[in-house]
Amino acid sequence: MQRTNNVQELNAICKRVRRHIVQMIGAARSGHPGGSLSAVEILVTLYFDVLRHDAARPDWPGRDRFILSKGHGAPVLYAVMAECGYLPVEELATLRKLGSPLQGHPDKRFLPALEASTGSLGQGLSLALGMGAAARLDGAGWRTYVVLGDGECQEGQIWEAAMFGAFHRMGNVCAIVDYNKIQLDGFVKDIMELEPFRAKWEGFGWNVIDVDGHDIAALQGAFAAAASTTDRPAVIIAHTVKGKGVSFMENNPKYHGTAPTPQEVEAAMKELA
Amino acid sequence: MSPRTKFELKPGMATREAFGRALVELGRENPNVVAVDADLSKSTYTHFFAVEFPGRFFSCGIAEANMVGVAAGLASAGKIPFAASFASFAVNKGFEQMRVLVAYPGVNVKIVGTHCGISIGEDGPSQMATEDIALACSLAGFVVLSPADEVSMRALVRAAAAHNGPVYIRAGRPKVPVIYPPSQSFEIGRSVELTGGTDLTIVATGLLVAEAIRAADQLAAEGVSARVLDMHTIKPLDTDAIRRAAAETGALVVAEEHLAEGGLGVRVAQAVARTHPCPMEFVGLADTYAESGTPEELLDKYGLTARDVAAAARRVLARKR
Ligand SMILES: Cc1ncc(C[n+]2csc(CCOP(=O)(O)OP(=O)(O)O)c2C)c(N)n1
Repeated sequence: MQRTNNVQELNAICKRVRRHIVQMIGAARSGHPGGSLSAVEILVTLYFDVLRHDAARPDWPGRDRFILSKGHGAPVLYAVMAECGYLPVEELATLRKLGSPLQGHPDKRFLPALEASTGSLGQGLSLALGMGAAARLDGAGWRTYVVLGDGECQEGQIWEAAMFGAFHRMGNVCAIVDYNKIQLDGFVKDIMELEPFRAKWEGFGWNVIDVDGHDIAALQGAFAAAASTTDRPAVIIAHTVKGKGVSFMENNPKYHGTAPTPQEVEAAMKELA
Repeated sequence: MSPRTKFELKPGMATREAFGRALVELGRENPNVVAVDADLSKSTYTHFFAVEFPGRFFSCGIAEANMVGVAAGLASAGKIPFAASFASFAVNKGFEQMRVLVAYPGVNVKIVGTHCGISIGEDGPSQMATEDIALACSLAGFVVLSPADEVSMRALVRAAAAHNGPVYIRAGRPKVPVIYPPSQSFEIGRSVELTGGTDLTIVATGLLVAEAIRAADQLAAEGVSARVLDMHTIKPLDTDAIRRAAAETGALVVAEEHLAEGGLGVRVAQAVARTHPCPMEFVGLADTYAESGTPEELLDKYGLTARDVAAAARRVLARKR
């Protein structure tokens, strides 16, 4: 597959991924566009620049691990994996259909190249830390990355995991929070405020890096900074816009879990041309 | 020919919506009724209550264990809390709290689990509750309700509020047929006989009640007289009606949208095993997790349709003869 750290090339991939997301959710007629679109730059930067992985050898033991803890964002993961060559791009059209490897939420039974089956929020950080602990036991150099939703950070287990990560100095684990400020029922501040968010993670002993989650160069810098601290885990708070790239979805809680209509798909594809 | 089913099936609303509407009615009648939610109020329909009674609605964020704990606190201080989420999250994530803070001290909390079973469809197994009946029934003193349509849901939500003690109510995502006339009355622990029958009895709950009625119609066309019981209360179980059915019809089929192991089926079997053993068949999920698909595709693939109920009836009849 094509690897690149060129920002322009990465941005071009992001645009293709956004088009896939809109089309596949439109075709499925259900799914979660908002939180898929907000995480595009995060996943593209990871898969094309940061992660050590090989689509031809998904079971390579030395690969870095990636977990999409907010499993409802599956479309962005599938689209990025397709661009990397884990699956044919044409297969994206089967999202959520009976028998498809592209289940509504990531499902290892159907797509073994996935590191985790997710969908019940709050659990991925613990899983990532367990993987990190195993890597350390084996003296292996691979790192583990996990993407969390902001709403997801309301789960108590996230903070149990946060304590574990700092206490056990899990420097080989990096969490990224897709901080798009919207969850299912509305804005995070109206459902269950997370602020002061940075201070919470700092208080739990993590290396906290705030970044514009749509700025690829900034993300690259954040991942480098995260990897350079080895005595404690890092969390990248990626400030993002839910529905990013499609004007009528941006910052609109409706598109958390509403698929675009055929007309909306058409309008979105024009914007993403 | 046996009589056709007593009730005609007309299109109706989802049982989760019927719950949300009933909760508003209760809220108007009793200021002690409150609601607790975990970022799914639009899906569980508690947002109706939130809009009308904002001061009595507590948003917990995505934190189901805390939601159940808060509900236990509200109940301990005299409120009647309804705590709602997807069944898979409310029960699986709130289970320890349901056990220690609710069941053990016998606190007056109502847990409502929506999107039960596999008929949730495309979202797939992480969002599906296929073990919630088993879990809720394992909690001492819990009442476990599984209404089949909007009429029974409304009545049983009211009965749950009137009952002083822990209750779990199971609700579904898809729209389901209306089975009952508005005047039908319901009592916790007392099943409803939907069709009389002499050859076998189909004991069904939730989504499978309508399928059982359709199966009984198919069987009637074959000259088989099937009794259908709506087992809307899974705990305490209506053992009288079940034992009578076993004695009078001599064969049982149990149908539910839940793991066959650990659900209504094993409870019915236990009710008859000692005193009224008879041939039995079970319509439920095999020991697996489902997948993504339309609700219709999944119910068909995993064997939870009228066709499957009728096939089970034919199998049990063959063993009876
Ligand atoms: C434990 C659990 N509770 C509830 C849900 C239902 N649910 C799916 S997505 C979602 C909102 C997630 O919000 P957030 O984490 O902010 O994700 P994003 O905005 O990035 O899509 C909820 C409540 C779930 N999947 N898991």
